[in-house]
Amino acid sequence: MFKDIEHLIRLAAVIAIALVIFLLLRGAVVPRSFGQYGHYRGAAIGEIASRPVALAGHDVCETCHTDVADQKKLSKHVVVACEACHGALVKHADDPASLQPKKLDTAVVCARCHEANSAKPQGFPQVVTADHSGGIACDACHQPHRPKIEPAKTETGGKK
Amino acid sequence: MEITRRRLLVLLPTAAVAWKYVLAGTPEAAPNYHFTEHWWGMLIDIPKCIGCGSCVRACAEENDVPEGCYRTWIERYHVADWKIERPEVESPDGGKQGFPPHADDGGKNFFVPKLCNHCAESPCTQVCPVGATFVTPDGVVLVDKNYCLGCRYCVQACPYGCRFINPKTNTAEKCSLCYHRITKGLTTACCEVCPTGARQLADLKNPKDPIHEFLKTHTVQVLKPHMATGAKVFYNGMDGSVR
Repeated sequence: MFKDIEHLIRLAAVIAIALVIFLLLRGAVVPRSFGQYGHYRGAAIGEIASRPVALAGHDVCETCHTDVADQKKLSKHVVVACEACHGALVKHADDPASLQPKKLDTAVVCARCHEANSAKPQGFPQVVTADHSGGIACDACHQPHRPKIEPAKTETGGKK
Repeated sequence: MEITRRRLLVLLPTAAVAWKYVLAGTPEAAPNYHFTEHWWGMLIDIPKCIGCGSCVRACAEENDVPEGCYRTWIERYHVADWKIERPEVESPDGGKQGFPPHADDGGKNFFVPKLCNHCAESPCTQVCPVGATFVTPDGVVLVDKNYCLGCRYCVQACPYGCRFINPKTNTAEKCSLCYHRITKGLTTACCEVCPTGARQLADLKNPKDPIHEFLKTHTVQVLKPHMATGAKVFYNGMDGSVR
């Protein structure tokens, strides 16, 4: 009945070999954790989670710099995290000698928050720096960690 | 670069070693973190945002974001009284250095910080042809940069414009919700430095998280709700003109 059945057997053999090769290649090439949680490499989650941190966080800063933390507690700046102005400093936190934070230019740093802009909330303290100080560094008058000028402590009575 | 026989002999083993690393992966970094117990999102309180750009700078430092690319950015909206349907939006350098002085020119003016919305039904992960981007079991959309081809499908698919191709690695990149920080019990870089509390990380599976009380007592909205992306960045006090 199947006079040339050999042809079909050969074809089946070729398909079977191709399938085996495909499965072997697939096993070798697809990462082991692929499909662990979904259609992706499960190990990627651990890789991304293991990246180093750059911002130490204000809790870490305050364990050493208690004097600054105490000053901030007396002012509205208590809510401003250290690294919001000073930048990412986990290296300094890990080994204080290895990296000294740069001195900040208060004329630039303070203006980022306090430069007047009609889009800012009305109650937020803001000034047009050009009129208010004319480019003089803010820390000439204000102490950045406790910026409110207390009347008793200045000769002008706290007024400009 | 021309591929000479010498270069090929150097490249092939290098590629083999790199691929072996991709196949094996590295072990879990935070052994005490169980991702079935969390469901991450963020709360953005627009009336509190002062557009200082602290979040953008902190994000760039924390995640080594290349110059000119932004994982988070701030937009300044100016909605004139007589053309509410066409708001004017500006974002100089992503708001990284704050915004220049701006007098009141009428209408409504406000800042809108933006970032990946970590959608539960994210369009970007659905289009990835190789499974290099995905939603983790704790609800964070991540990119596997060792597996990404850089084909840009996801960049086009994101309705919020949150993705870009990193010019150094030529792979897709986006906000990871500081996954390397939140799995260690820290908050995100942007939430750490936000001086007014306009940005707050939210764990929606944690019953003690203040987000639940906030969501009960405030009217919040997500960006482009009509796209049904299941966005998990909730905006409080958001004007209807925000795109």
